[in-house]
Amino acid sequence: MDLNFTDQERAFQSEVQTFLADNLPDDIAAKVRLGDGLTKDMMDLWHSILNAKGWLATTWTKAFGGPGWTPVQKHIFEEECCRAYAPRIVPFGLNMLGPVLQKFGTAEQQESILPRILSGEDWWCQGYSEPGAGSDLASLKTRAIREGDEYIINGQKTWTTLGQHANKIFCLVRTSSEGKPQEGISFVLVDLDTPGIEMRPIRLIEGGHEVNEVFFTDVRVPVSNLVGEENKGWTIAKFLLSHERTGIAGVGFSMQALEEVKSLAHTIRRGAKRLIDDPLFAARLAKVEIDLEAMKITNLRMLFQAQKQGAPGPETSMLKIKGTVINQELRDLARRALGPLAAPFPGHVSDGNILFGPADTAFNAARYFNNRKTSIFGGSNEIQRNILTKTMLEL
Amino acid sequence: MDFNLTEDRRMVLDTLSRYLQDQYPVEHRIKVAYDAPFHDPSKWSELANLGLFSALADESVGGFGGTGFDIAVIFEALGKALNCEPVLPLVMASRLLGFAGRDQHALLEGVENYAVAISEPDAPYELSHINCIATSEHRLSGRKSAVYGGQIAKTFLVAAKAGNILNLYQVDAHQAEVISYGLIDGGGAAEVLLDDTPAELLIENAVHALSDAVNAGIVALCSEAVGLMTVSYDMTVDYLRQRKQFGRPIGSFQALQHRAVDMLTEIEQARSITIKAAAELDGAQASRYASMAKNLIGRASRLVAEEAIQLHGGIAMTWEYPVSHFAKRLVMLDHQLGDTDYHLSKIIDGLASDLSNHNAA
Repeated sequence: MDLNFTDQERAFQSEVQTFLADNLPDDIAAKVRLGDGLTKDMMDLWHSILNAKGWLATTWTKAFGGPGWTPVQKHIFEEECCRAYAPRIVPFGLNMLGPVLQKFGTAEQQESILPRILSGEDWWCQGYSEPGAGSDLASLKTRAIREGDEYIINGQKTWTTLGQHANKIFCLVRTSSEGKPQEGISFVLVDLDTPGIEMRPIRLIEGGHEVNEVFFTDVRVPVSNLVGEENKGWTIAKFLLSHERTGIAGVGFSMQALEEVKSLAHTIRRGAKRLIDDPLFAARLAKVEIDLEAMKITNLRMLFQAQKQGAPGPETSMLKIKGTVINQELRDLARRALGPLAAPFPGHVSDGNILFGPADTAFNAARYFNNRKTSIFGGSNEIQRNILTKTMLEL
Repeated sequence: MDFNLTEDRRMVLDTLSRYLQDQYPVEHRIKVAYDAPFHDPSKWSELANLGLFSALADESVGGFGGTGFDIAVIFEALGKALNCEPVLPLVMASRLLGFAGRDQHALLEGVENYAVAISEPDAPYELSHINCIATSEHRLSGRKSAVYGGQIAKTFLVAAKAGNILNLYQVDAHQAEVISYGLIDGGGAAEVLLDDTPAELLIENAVHALSDAVNAGIVALCSEAVGLMTVSYDMTVDYLRQRKQFGRPIGSFQALQHRAVDMLTEIEQARSITIKAAAELDGAQASRYASMAKNLIGRASRLVAEEAIQLHGGIAMTWEYPVSHFAKRLVMLDHQLGDTDYHLSKIIDGLASDLSNHNAA
C-alpha cells in the first residue's frame, strides 16, 4: 500500500498547478471563493480557457477530443481546480450529454453536436425531473407522440439548472405507456428555440436563481433528434447517472470550506479570545476535519477500485451521502462562526460588506441554505441508501 | 399542576391567532418581510390596538401581563404565523424601561419604537465582552451589530461600559449613524455606529436588568421556535401523506416515518424546556433555565428545519413554498441572544461550579 502519487502523477499535479496559476482569472476565482453567482460571461470565459488547453472535456475519450486522463489524473485536476477556486465546469453538455452521444449517438449526431459543446456554441441543460417525478424518475409523464418524422412533445420539466443560459435541452420523454414505466422512455434532444417551449425561473430558498421549470406545448422535434433507440432511454439515463460518479464526494469543495472555516475561526473574536479558542466550536471543527480526512481516503480507495474495474460500483453512493453531509456540516460551521453577522440578506448588503463582518463572508448563511440541495439532488441521500440496501446488503 | 392556559391568556391567544390567520397570513408575511421596512407598519399598529403589546408588559408599567407564560403563549402564536414584526425588541425594551422606571405608554401603544442594542461584532452574545464605551457621562462610542428592529427604532437602548461598569443608555436614533438592512430570514435590523454620540444614562450597573431582558427575549425566541417547528412538522407530515412516488405516498416508507417521529419528539422536548424557562423567568435561576432552553431549541430547530427540507425534497428548497421560510427563521434564530454553543458553555460553567461546591463540602 502506498498513499503517494507516482512521480508521473506528481509531475502532472504541478503542471496543473502552474496552468491554473497562469490562466485562472483573479476576478473569477474571487467570486467562486465568495460563493457569489458567476455571470454567464465568466462561465463562458473559463470554458474557453480550458478548451484552448484541451482540458475541458475530461470525461471524453481521446478520439473525441478528451485529454485521455486516468481517473487519478482526473481526480488530481479536480482537486487542484478546487484549491485554486476555479469555477465548477457546467456539466450538462460536457459530462452528461457528451459521453451519452459517444456511446449511444449516431456518427452524424456525434459530428454535429460534440464540437459545438467544446466550442461553447451550444449550452445544454437537462430535462429529467418533473413535478410528479423526482426520486421516482421513471414515472415521468412528459409525452412525445410520433407523427411522421416528428415527435410532438407535451409536458413539464423542472429543476433545470442554468436553463436560463441554455439554447438546447436533452430530455427524457414518454414514448410508450406499455410495459413497465422504465420501458417507454426515450432520450430526445430539443432546441430551446422551438415554438411551444416556455422557461420560467424558480427562486430558491436563499433568493437566488439557478433552476427553472420548462413547459412544452405541442413542441415539434425531428425524429432524428432521438438518441439511441425509441423506448430505450432509461438505459441511457442510467448510464448518464452512473457515468459521472467521480467527484461525487465533493472532497475538493469540502477542503475549500474547511480552510474557510479555519480562517474564520482564527479571525472572528469572542471577547478577547478567538473563536477557535472556544472548545465547543473547536470540537465541532475538529470532528468534521476527521471525517473529511477519512473521506479523502475513502474517495481515493473507491477511485482506485473504479480504475481497476473500469467503472465505479454502487458503493460510490456512500461517497454521495457522506460527502454531502460533511460539506453541509462545514457550511453550517461557516454560518455559525459569524454569529449575528451572518444575518443580513446578501442582496441587501452592497457596500463591500466590510461593515458587516469579514469581507468574504457575506454569502455564508445563503450558502448554508443553498447547500441543503446537495442531499436532495442527483438522487437524494435516501435514494442512495436504497441503492446501497439493494446492492451491498442484498436485502 | 396544571398545564392549561388561564382564561385570560386563552382569550389573548384566540384574538391574536384569529387576527394573524385572517389579516396577516404567511403569504402576506413573505411579501413584506424582505423589502424595506421589512415589516408591515399598518399591521404593527393593528397589533398594538389589539392590546398585544400590553399583554407582554407588567401591570406596574401599564400592561396587563408580562410573565414568562404570557410571553410564551404570544410568541408561539407569532411563530406559527412566521411573523416578522419586531415584537421581540419591544418585550426586551419594556423590561428595561421598567427597571429604569420610565414611562412606556408610547412603546406599548406601538407609536414609539425602541430597539435594544447589546450585540457587537466581537461580543455577539456575552455581556462581559461588551466594548462600547461611555466617552463621557453623556456620550457613547462603539458599534452595535445586528440590532433587531433597529430599522424602525426611534430610540436605542444601548449597553455600554463606563470604566468597568456596564450601564444602559438611551440614544436617539437621529443622533447615531444607523445602517438598516433586511435579514436572510426576513425582518430587519440595523448596525448602530456611535462616535461620541449623545446618550442619556438610564440604568447604572445594568447587568441584572440586561440579563432579565435577555432571558425574557430567550423565552420569546424559544416560544417562537416552538410555533415555527409545529407548523414545519405539520406541513412535512401533510406532504408525506400527499406526495406519491413509486405508486404510493412517501409517508408509507418507514425510513421517512421514523425521521418524522424524531422531529415530533424533539418538538415536544423543545416545548417542555420552553415552558420551564417561562416558569422560571422571574425567579433566581432564570438565566440557567433560559440557557438550557436556548441550547435545546438551537439543536431542535436545526434538526426540524433540515429534516423538514429533506423530507419534502426539492419543493422545500424553493422561495415559493413556505417551508423554506420557516426553515430559514428556525436556523437563524440561533444567531440571536446566544447560540447553541454559547448557552451550552453557560450550563458547563454551572456544572463546574456545582462540582467545586461539592468538593468544598
